Amino acid sequence: MTTLISQLINLFAAVILMLSFAMLAQRRILSLIHLFALQGLAVVGATTVVAYVTDQHHLYYSAALTLALKVFLIPWLLHRLIDRLNVRWDIETLINIPSTMLIGIVLVVFAFNLALPISQLSAAITRGTLGIALASVLLSFMMMIIRSKAVPQVIGFLAMENGLFFAATSATHGMPMVVELGIALDVLVGVFILGVFMFQIREQFDSLDIRHLENLKED
Amino acid sequence: MSLSSIFSQFLAIVAALLLAPLLMGWVNQWRAWFGNRSGAGLLQPYRMLHKLFHKESVVAESASPLFRFAPYVIFGCMLLASAIVPTLSTDLPLAPAADAIALVGLFALARIFISLAAMDIGTAFGTLGARREMLIGFLAEPALLTVLFTASLIGQSTSLSTIVETLAHKQFAIHPSLAFAGIAFTFVSFAENARVPVDNPATHLELTMIHEALILEYSGRHLALIEWAAALKLFAYSCIGLALFFPWGIAEAQAPLAMLFALPALVFKLATGGFLLALIETLSAKMRIFRVPEFLATAFLLAVIGMLTHILLGA
Repeated sequence: MTTLISQLINLFAAVILMLSFAMLAQRRILSLIHLFALQGLAVVGATTVVAYVTDQHHLYYSAALTLALKVFLIPWLLHRLIDRLNVRWDIETLINIPSTMLIGIVLVVFAFNLALPISQLSAAITRGTLGIALASVLLSFMMMIIRSKAVPQVIGFLAMENGLFFAATSATHGMPMVVELGIALDVLVGVFILGVFMFQIREQFDSLDIRHLENLKED
Repeated sequence: MSLSSIFSQFLAIVAALLLAPLLMGWVNQWRAWFGNRSGAGLLQPYRMLHKLFHKESVVAESASPLFRFAPYVIFGCMLLASAIVPTLSTDLPLAPAADAIALVGLFALARIFISLAAMDIGTAFGTLGARREMLIGFLAEPALLTVLFTASLIGQSTSLSTIVETLAHKQFAIHPSLAFAGIAFTFVSFAENARVPVDNPATHLELTMIHEALILEYSGRHLALIEWAAALKLFAYSCIGLALFFPWGIAEAQAPLAMLFALPALVFKLATGGFLLALIETLSAKMRIFRVPEFLATAFLLAVIGMLTHILLGA
């Protein structure tokens, strides 16, 4: 039974990693939001299973919090945002997805290697998944770097938070409730502020392409 | 080699030969129904083969012996491939002839012969089709090999029979790495079998066709053999997919009676798979040829991640 449950956690971890890659390769903003919500759902699943195995009740609360925030509220906010910004059907031209993916593989190998000595120290049931959590953090980080539009960057930021949350769950069975509440609130406020910020960018430059921000003054 | 293993091998070959056109007809029938057409019926591929075998085979004047020879090689490769994939039972005397890596080699051999034959006549379409086929092949093969490596790591062997025995008959376990491998394998099978996101099997539009461009010059019994080989390839790929990811129902060695249940299980799994294939084909649009490398790079990447996950998680 325990092996089956640890395999279930591994499965959720693999799904999170897969969704990170799918987000890296996705061109459409709308699908990106759907993928983000799905990733949130996978994190909720993993947290619930860990809570059940380790019998820690505060993990149920953080799972419920994640479900409310990252599966329902934030995707809904993002949907409203892209409606208002009128970028619902926008397609971003990405440069060369295959090479992006190859860099992604290198990142995964790096993260796995980095996590291997740490996870060998641990005796927790979730020790194998730390590498995957680290890899999805790095992948979301890369997504923030290579995207040039504002909305996908925000989604990359949120996905990074998903990865961090999963890392916390898998390494230490979750952070203290106060910290988790604080982070959840931070993310929510972050989305609001970044939303306002996007409107400002568009007011200034008539586009959401943040490469415009690189020029110091208008020419 | 016992009598029962020879019998199971014989049954597997006969099942492959008979079920392959039926699977093709089933997929085409569902494609027609999804497109709101009535369809040609399940038995249409058999009628097609019957018609082609009774027709005269016309060969171009400039054709070399390779052109006549190629259909037999291709058919032989596909038949051997479907014979060594565990479809009904894992007890196959022919299975030691080729493991998972040699199986990919068999598919590659067939590809090389069909491409050479297409270029042999010297028409523009044949050459164009051959180039596209090779482009897809060289991108799809590493992904397919990596998928099979992941399964081999789990089964501790490159023999497909051993892998299936490990997956189906040992203690049940969830393998996250197989989830990655499964998606990668689906991508590769779409590309290799010339199905919709990569190639439209029903098209004769010169700008987009790949598989049809290769066999334009063939007729009569040669064409029949190639069409049958294409059906066998689809069957073999479906059976590899079923054996790796849904291995339940395949009979063990020393259990000849279990094959009574293996056949209905196989037909049921193939019917479900064919239905899903037709559904995906109807829902997706054919992509530009220059998008195909991206599609297959994604497959390769998923397969590699599957292997890495296996190494990290040990499952």
